[in-house]
Parts: sequence; structure tokens; C-alpha cells
Amino acid sequence: MADHTLPIPGAITAAPSRGAALLEWLHGWVVTVDHKRLGILYVVYAIFFLLVAGAEALAMRIQLAIPGNHFVGPETYNELFTMHGTTMVFLVGMPILFGFANYLVPLMVGARDMAFPRLNAFSFWLTAFGGLLLYFSFIGGFGLYGMGNAPDVGWFAYAPLTAKAFSPGHNTDYWALSLIVMGFGTLGTAINIIATTLSMRCRGMTLFRMPLFVWLMLVVSGLTLITITPLTAAQIMLLIDRYVGGHFFDTQSGGSAVVWIHFFWIFGHPEVYVLVMPAFGIASEIIPVFSRKAIFGYPAMVAASVGIAFVSLGVWAHHMFTVGMTSVGNAFFVLSTMMVGIPTGIKIFNWLATMWGGKIRFATPMLFATGFLFQFLIAGLTGIMLSVAPWDWQLHNSYFVIAHFHYVLVGGIVFCIFAAIYYWYPKATGRMLSETLGHWHFWLFLIGFHITFDTMHLVGILGMPRSIYTYEADRGWNTLNMIISAGGMIQGIAVLIFAWNLIDSFLHGKEAGNDPWDAWTLEWSTPSPPPAYNFGADPVVRSRRPLWDLKHPNDPDWKYEQ
Amino acid sequence: MSAIQNSIPIFADENWRLPSRGRVGMFSLIIGESAIFTIFVVAYIYYIGRSVSGPTPQILDIPIFNTVCLLSSSLTIWLAEHAIERGCMHAFAAWWALTMALGIVFIAGTAQEWTRLILHEGLTIRTNLFGTTFYSLVGLHATHVVVGLIMLSLVLLFTLLGRVEQRHAERIQVLSLYWHFVDAVWVVVFTVVYIVGR
Repeated sequence: MADHTLPIPGAITAAPSRGAALLEWLHGWVVTVDHKRLGILYVVYAIFFLLVAGAEALAMRIQLAIPGNHFVGPETYNELFTMHGTTMVFLVGMPILFGFANYLVPLMVGARDMAFPRLNAFSFWLTAFGGLLLYFSFIGGFGLYGMGNAPDVGWFAYAPLTAKAFSPGHNTDYWALSLIVMGFGTLGTAINIIATTLSMRCRGMTLFRMPLFVWLMLVVSGLTLITITPLTAAQIMLLIDRYVGGHFFDTQSGGSAVVWIHFFWIFGHPEVYVLVMPAFGIASEIIPVFSRKAIFGYPAMVAASVGIAFVSLGVWAHHMFTVGMTSVGNAFFVLSTMMVGIPTGIKIFNWLATMWGGKIRFATPMLFATGFLFQFLIAGLTGIMLSVAPWDWQLHNSYFVIAHFHYVLVGGIVFCIFAAIYYWYPKATGRMLSETLGHWHFWLFLIGFHITFDTMHLVGILGMPRSIYTYEADRGWNTLNMIISAGGMIQGIAVLIFAWNLIDSFLHGKEAGNDPWDAWTLEWSTPSPPPAYNFGADPVVRSRRPLWDLKHPNDPDWKYEQ
Repeated sequence: MSAIQNSIPIFADENWRLPSRGRVGMFSLIIGESAIFTIFVVAYIYYIGRSVSGPTPQILDIPIFNTVCLLSSSLTIWLAEHAIERGCMHAFAAWWALTMALGIVFIAGTAQEWTRLILHEGLTIRTNLFGTTFYSLVGLHATHVVVGLIMLSLVLLFTLLGRVEQRHAERIQVLSLYWHFVDAVWVVVFTVVYIVGR
């Protein structure tokens, strides 16, 4: 199937020895500037850290399973929740979603590579070494509890806890520096994605013919430009405070701890949308293909995405209702937060309308996408509940909040990430993932997810605060915590099945062919895995579903669009 | 596959034009940088008059000469862009060198200002909140000027070696965008620090 007019690059000399070949192969991956290889590197890196941060979560759940447990001490517990949060956001969520974008955006817009391939490689290695820097703190970090003290100030690192007096040593600096390094990596990738989507599209690929995943990544990258950079700025201020004796967050010299909270959430809230909108893109690709219908309301989907990005910039202080604001401030952030529900609701209805009357195939990617729809709806509804300031005063920093945002991050984003891996794994490796193991993975993960996070709402309403390393037996939380921990274990088993599936199918999976799902976007017109040059001839498109046009020359989409 | 692709009805639009990736990339970088500056500017404005001790912004002198130098460097780099577009490499080198000289004068002026503040007024980054916010905001801008000067000097070096030609005009213009941005940010920093904050 490979194009015969172009030579396939590769060694033509006699086979070298096995050691030399291995070295050559490794060298190829390290020096690569190919967007597909970098995409795979991002995803593999993120899956590795998904297992690490998942193990940290399970350690916390073992500690909390029974009251007064001594599985880990309070110091270790602080490190665990700090590293779990930081890892999941910066080393799992961002890299895996930008990894998908790296792999898919050039293929979907019919380009040879990203706009700046070397910047792309540079961004990946910044992210990779940022992650290593963060995890090196487990060995080299010196903090309040001596050597080997990982950061323990929480993932939002509120001042004045980060001041030199309360966080001596340099474990907090590992956190700040690694986030700055990764921030620059992310900035580079965002610039690259924007330049690729705007400047590298193949002929006929107008903005309103781009697949929705590309649209969402364009919006996300634009949002990233103005979201990650405030965090970088705040981290620089923190380092100035800690190292050269500045007073930004030093209340004794007139500085303000509240300013850190504002700066952090000016980053932190749009960050949620940076993570969730690629998931929307994934759902918008998978649901139509498995419902055998074109996406319902394409322009509305684009408008809703841009709308979410704008609204998300004005909602950050809903994390701060308990910090204390004026009633006008409270009212503004209540209303702006509720407004997010409108474009998000449009999206949910469009996905439902796409499925409505469709000929749905429940292959594993579609199972995960369907799970995403229901869980994301519930996550959105508890979000509306928490946006009401008095309700938030009652439940802020309780397990209800933890349950809410894990519903978004796990029930929404992680489900879409799994869907995406099942959907595009055949393209990247040439082999199908096992459907049997996939079903086991889905059902176990779904059941484990609901056991854990549905129950977590209840302990939250019963008053259990977040970030506590243990609790007393007479609080009435014992049974519920045991149930939550059991659900966590079920999810752990499901993820191990998934990891096994990835490895086993890579070696023994069924051959995928070019287009195993009978899909419509350009990446499925290339061989699996695609050659380094992607397309033998530059593709030309006339509609949003170029492969549909090819497969149905008598009934092409371009007759109906516009 | 190519056979299949060729069977796509050929898109008739011969005027398939896309924006230059260099410009798009640089504009994206500028948007990101603007957000960093916004956070520092907001911090500066929020903390005006909140220092509990030490020198106040009244000790600052308005750096008019510096400002004129930096802003006119935007004009000279624009003239350099036009020179390379027309292929006048000597004019390009001259305007480019003048731009660099103006940038260096600006940095030298900042160095002089900081020396006075540190040695005579006793204002360092750790003295008080004003010192912290002043040096970090003005320093952030100065860092960008220095980065710009490094890139300008690389171009000048290659120009003098005869490696920059007319066909590089677009790259030069992309780099100039960054310099224009650094100048534009100075207008904001100048207004906030030396006019509003003083």
C-alpha cells in the first residue's frame, strides 16, 4: 500500500550486529524530529507516569482505607498527594494530549510534519527532563524531613507554605523549576500546533473542513499560550522570593498570599479546559465514526469550543469563594462559572444527536466514549452545584470537590484518553488492540470508577476534608472509605490489564490494515504505521470527510456541505 | 494509494494561500510572552504603595533618553526590513547595526540606573516590596532586550560574513516582530513604572 513513486528511507547495508542495531534504534528515537515518533514518545512517557501516579493514588487509598492506619506517615502522605496531583496534570494529562496532537494534527490536515519539527523535539525533551527533575526530588530533594523529601506543599502550593521559613531546603524548588521547564516545553508545542494548523494545511483543507480534533487542539493551544505562561510568571516570582529574598508573597513585608492564589488559579482553571478540550476532540472523532453518521452541528461545536475557551478565562476565582471576596466578586464568578454550562451543554447535545438514529457499533473506543458522555455530564452538574458560592462554602476542600474534579479528570478525560488509544493504536502500530481485553478493561474500570468516585461524593457531604492522612474511627466515614479504596484497586487492576493489552497486542495483535474502523479523516488513508513522509502525494480535500468522498464517489459530502 | 488520491476531484482553487508559519509562530510566542508580562505588570500595580519600609518610587528618574533610543530602534529595524526586501544589503547592515547600537545604549542606560539605585539609593531586590516588583518587572523586560540583542548580533555577524541575502527577508521580518514586541512592552512598562507608579 505504500506509495511506489517515492523510495522508503531506511538502511540498505548489510545487517549490523544485534547490539549495534539496538544502539542504532535507540539513537533513532533520541534524535528524531518526526512528529509521529515524538507523538509516540509523549504517549509512552505519559502512560509510564500514569502508572506511577496511579500507584501513588493507591498508596493514599490504602492509607485511608481504615481509620488510624499506619501504612504511610503524614510526611509521606503530603508528598504522595502533591506528587500525584502534579504528575497527573503535568506529566500525564498534558503530555498525552499533546502527544496525540503531535501524532494526529499533521496527518489530519494532510501535512508532511509539524511546522517546526526541531522545536517539536526540543519541546518533548524539555517536558521529559522536567518530569525527571521532578521525580529526582525523591532522591536528591532536601526538605523539612531531610534528604529524599519530594515536594509536599500540595499541587497548588499556596503561600506562605512555600516560603523559605515553612519549606526549608529545596524540595519546593524542584517543584517550581520542573514546572517552569515543562511550561516552556508546553509553550513550544502550543506554538507548533497553532502554526501547523494555520500554515500547513493541504489544499482544500479550509478551516471549516478541519476535523474537530484539529479545531479543538487549535483552541487548546491558543488557550495554552495565555494559561501556562501566568504559571511560569508566578513560579519565577516564587523563586525570586525563595532565592534572592523578594517579597511577592511575603505578608510580613506587605506582600500578599492571596495574590499567589489568584495567579495560580488564573493558570489552574483554564488548565482544566486545556486538558478537557482535547478529550472533546477525541470524542468528536470517535462518536461519529462508531455511530456511522457525520458529526451533528459542526459549526456549533466549533463555536462552543471557542466559547468555552473565552469563558474559562473569567472563572478562576470560583476556587476562592472561601478565601473571602466581595459579594460582587462572588456573584460575578458564580455567574461566569455557570455560563460554562451553556457551550458545554451544546456539545453534549450534539454528541447525543450524532448518536441518535445512528447505527452504533460498541467497539472498545465507543464504549469509552459513551462512558465519557454520561460521566462528563454528572461532572458538569456537580460543577454547577459547586459554582454556587454558599454551597461551595459548605463543601470547599472536602471530598465532594475531590469527587467532582476526579469525575472530570478520570470520568471525562481519562476515559477519552483510553478511547483514543484503542482508536488510534492500530494506526500507530499496525496492530489492533485485543477487544476481549479491551472489554475487560472497560467494564472493570467503569465499575471501579463508579465505586470510588460516586462514594467519594458521600464522604465529602459527610464532612471529610481533603489532604488529611488519616481520620478517627467515630466519624462515620469508615465503611465508605473502605468502599472507595476497594474501587481504587479495581481501577488499578483494569489499568494493568490495559498495560498488558498494549504490550501483548504490539507483539501478537491482529493486523490492522489502513482503515480498520471504516473512518473518514485523512490519517486513515495512510498505511499503518504511516511512512515517515506521511502522504505519497499531497492530499486534496473537498469536504470534512475526505475518505467518505473517496469511498462513496456517487454520494460525496462536498455536494451537501456549505 | 496515490491512485485513490488522484481520483479526488481536483480542488479548483489555484490561489491556495496559507499564512507564513514563521509569522504565525512568532505571533503565538508574542501572545504567550504578553501573558507573562501581564502577570508581572498586575503584580507591580497591585503592590504600588504597599511597601512597609524603605525607598519609594519617588527616587526613580524618568529615563527619557533611553526610551527615545529604544523606540527609535523600532524605526531603524523597520528601515532594515525594507532594505533587505529591496536587496540593498549595505543599507540593511547599516540599519541593523544602528538598531543594535540603540539597543545597547538602552541596556547601558538601565545598567547606569540600577547602579545608582543600588549604590546611592540603597534599593535592592530584597530591600522592600517596591524593590522586588521594580527589579523583576524592569529586569524581565531587560532580559528580553538582551535576548533580542543576542539574536540581532547573530544576524549582524552572518550579514558581515555575507551569508544573509535578500531571500532571507521573511526570516528577518519574523525576528523583527520580536524586537517590535520588546519595544511595545517598554511602552507599557514605562507607563506603569515611571508615570502611573511614580
